Parts: sequence; C-alpha cells; structure tokens
Amino acid sequence: MWRYEKILQYPVRVSRTDLSLAKLLSAQYGGPDSELSAGLRYLTQRYVIPTDEAKAILTDIGTEELAHWEIIGTLIYKLTEGVPVQRLRRAGLGADYAQHGRAIYPSDATGVPWTASYIQAHEDPIATLHENMAAEQKARATYENLIDLSNDAGVIDTLTFLRKREVVHFQRFGEALNIVRDYLDNEG
Amino acid sequence: MTREELRLLREIQALEFTVLEFALYLDTHLDDQAALEEYNDYAQQLREARMEYQDRYGPLHIMHPSDYPWEYPESPWPWQIEY
Repeated sequence: MWRYEKILQYPVRVSRTDLSLAKLLSAQYGGPDSELSAGLRYLTQRYVIPTDEAKAILTDIGTEELAHWEIIGTLIYKLTEGVPVQRLRRAGLGADYAQHGRAIYPSDATGVPWTASYIQAHEDPIATLHENMAAEQKARATYENLIDLSNDAGVIDTLTFLRKREVVHFQRFGEALNIVRDYLDNEG
Repeated sequence: MTREELRLLREIQALEFTVLEFALYLDTHLDDQAALEEYNDYAQQLREARMEYQDRYGPLHIMHPSDYPWEYPESPWPWQIEY
C-alpha cells in the first residue's frame, strides 16, 4: 500500500511566475524520461524481479520518484499561479489553457501526452536493471538541460537536488544489478 | 504558516531525506552495521520530530489521531507552502 504524507521531499521556491519555464518543466512531469515514467516503471517491474534487494530498491526508488513528480507539479503550479489568460496565450500556453485551463496535465514540453510506451517491464532482470540505469542517466541529462534553461535561483536549487537523486539512483541500480548477477550465477 | 512551524517542517524534510538515503543504501548493503546504526539514530530523531510537529500543528497523514473537527484537510497543502 501507499500512504500520502503532506510534505514535499524538498522545498520548492520560485522568485516569480515564469510561463515558458513552466512549459519546459513539463519534460519532467509527463515526458519520456519524466518522474512519472520513472515511478511507474520501477513500481510495475517489482513483481517478477529476483532477489529481495532488487524488490526493495525498485519499491523505494519508485516511491521516491512519485515524491519527485509532486515536486515538479509544485514547480509548475507556482510558476503559473494566478497568471491572467492573455499572458498565458502570449507565452504560447493558449492551447494548454483551451484544453486544461490552469490544471497541470502530464504531457511533455512540446505538449505530447504521457504514454506507457515510454516504459518497459521485462521478466529478464538484467534487461530491466540496465533499462533503469539508462533511464536515470537520461533523467540526469534532462535536468542538466533544464538547469541550463533556467534563470530562477529557486528553481535551479530544486532541479539541482533532483539531478543529484538521479545519480544516486543510478548507483543503487548498479549495485542491485551486481546482486542479481551473483544470484543468477549461483542459480545456474 | 508561522516561522516556527516552517522551521520544524524543514527539519522533518532534512531528517526524512537522511533516513531515505540510508534506507536506499541499506537495500543493497544489508550487512553494513555502521550504516544501520546511523540509520536507526536518524530514524528515531525523525519519529520524534514528526510527533512534535503533528501534536503542535496537525496531521501530516490520515493515520494520525485528530482533534475535532477532522484536521487533516486544513493544514497547508505541500504546493501552497511559501518556503
């Protein structure tokens, strides 16, 4: 089961509303290498993975990704909060407003809706853990691009935290891969 | 949200992060006794900080006892807090 806790994993501070930055951050809310993809990918891979260590790491990293998804949602919310409709339109968010108003919707930075085809679940644990390590690197690279595109100190601080988490997760998945390899060698 | 409430909330965030970071490490290092001892120490600090916050400012989750009327919806939602 999951239990919601009414607290962000990391504080979110923005200096002012910034519509184009909000749109770019959608990359990590509903894009291919987004926090949503990461969370659902790991949590759905848990059932058939061998070794208790791998089950634990998929569960706990998958759960942390949902907390990151909430951080990105909060960034987008704060960057767009209370902005008049005509300003949204001038910033290129007219189509988003037409379809969603100011609601936050899981699509990527170009407006393409999130799809499960971004993720894979495979019984082969070596394939699975390599996919996850690649996913963490792609998310790290996406955060670096978003940091390059940002000029708000608060946003950069939060994105820097999230970037570092991708590096730690990559490390943990690599360790899980070694544990699973040892297990498979001893099984065979 | 008062400064004191925010200070305690930030302390919980820091402790939760520390505990999570140790937990992820321990998931792949089951027999690192020194790390486990640190984990237990921080987990205890986190339990106390959470208890103090919730007793003073209301529940962080729906499994915490509430005064009347039901308090959970009233405290600020995470995306509304000004840090």
